[in-house]
Amino acid sequence: MRRVVITGAGTINALAHDVPGTYAAFREGRCGITELDIRDMERLSVRIGGQVHGWNPETQFNRQQIALYDRFTQFTLLAAREAIAQSGLTFEADHLGLEAGVVLGTAGGGVNTWDENYRSVYEEGKNRVHPFVVPKLMNNAAASHVSIEYGLRGPSFTVATACASSNHAMGLAFNMIRSGMATVMVTGGSESMLCFGGVKAWEGLRVMSRDACRPFSANRNGMVQGEGAGVFVFEEYEHARARGAVMLAEVIGFAMSSDAADIVMPNKAGASRAMAGALRDARIPPEAVGYINAHGTGTAANDKTECAAVADVFGHHADRLMISSTKSMHGHLIGGTGAVELLACLMALQEGVIAPTIGYEEPDPECALDVVPNVAREAKVDVVLSNAFAFGGFNAVIALRRV
Amino acid sequence: MAESVRDKVIAIIAEQAVLDVADVRPEATLAELGIDSLGLVESIFAIEEAFDITVPFNANEPAQSNFDISSVAAIIAAVEKLVAEQKA
Repeated sequence: MRRVVITGAGTINALAHDVPGTYAAFREGRCGITELDIRDMERLSVRIGGQVHGWNPETQFNRQQIALYDRFTQFTLLAAREAIAQSGLTFEADHLGLEAGVVLGTAGGGVNTWDENYRSVYEEGKNRVHPFVVPKLMNNAAASHVSIEYGLRGPSFTVATACASSNHAMGLAFNMIRSGMATVMVTGGSESMLCFGGVKAWEGLRVMSRDACRPFSANRNGMVQGEGAGVFVFEEYEHARARGAVMLAEVIGFAMSSDAADIVMPNKAGASRAMAGALRDARIPPEAVGYINAHGTGTAANDKTECAAVADVFGHHADRLMISSTKSMHGHLIGGTGAVELLACLMALQEGVIAPTIGYEEPDPECALDVVPNVAREAKVDVVLSNAFAFGGFNAVIALRRV
Repeated sequence: MAESVRDKVIAIIAEQAVLDVADVRPEATLAELGIDSLGLVESIFAIEEAFDITVPFNANEPAQSNFDISSVAAIIAAVEKLVAEQKA
């Protein structure tokens, strides 16, 4: 079976507009969650989020591009630019473009475009909308623009599995290279639903915190939305080796499972099967895992279920491994979250620094694992997992190894 | 007025539990009536809409939400209090 390595990484999120800045924030345990700056905020009861500040699309794209790019596409293109530049690959004039594709995750796609145009026709009573509303809001817009921009002409599509979208996308990209369908895959995901309608919808579920995201802490009171993108270049190992590429990590395993139980409540059995499946796929024992980037949403239900599932899969080793949730810093990027969280995994493998779970105030006996509270930690780890457990009961777990 | 709050709340809970209004006993808990966490959130939404009030409820910390959901009677009392406060 062919091996797969990561040769480029890019991001924009509430912590920074690039990977080095995000790593710095992870090391500092900095919180990127702030008061939201969006229209009609006074009508929201949840007013915080991991919002990207200082974003000026005019400095990145021309007028024609901006007319076609929803905010989630803009974020994706910025992250893709960083990742592809780091990889050193070019596709357009090259035969490689035929063997390269793009698979990205997003839960909502162009939510800002939906929101703005519903406002225009319903609230303002207009009877005409901009001609590009559909190509701007469609879920595959971001993946398509990455394909167009870089000449990626191989298998390409978009995955929408709520909060597991990015992990599903990256797991599929991994398996497509492994099986020989592609040599290079640009993968990851993005989300941008911090607009009035996007936040209002989440408010309805009554699982949002109004003050902070405190995963695993006994006084946690819910999740906090974020926005942004994470994009990676996955490349077949021999191809990367032959051209002397810098390998950030090897992708060694992936598994997905479905709870087939409840549309919103997490499920220990489903989460356990996904983690155990990723270990089996990677052909490694549980003891090999040094760090897990948790789904860790900061809701009462997720965190205790996830910890119980980790205890189930890892047995005694659960007390020795580290597990943290970086959602405490960048918020929950929904369909983009697994991609941004994979950066914490890369940082752990490359730099030997484990990103902390910040906002941790009180131990919870139902989450009695080493959650790397509040302060980043230096530790050499060889294998890491990244968890994503979505609404709808769809779980996706990726395993990475130090190169 | 108190009677009508009671009747409306019971009707909302009965609809959520797919029960006759007569089967929603005041001392019953929502769990006994077969209402799960999602059903609870939906019932609270229906109560907010019916009375035009805001119910302070976070599913992550129901005990600290200052809205007693321990029984049907407790919910009725809590709604009466909110209606009195918010409609004053």
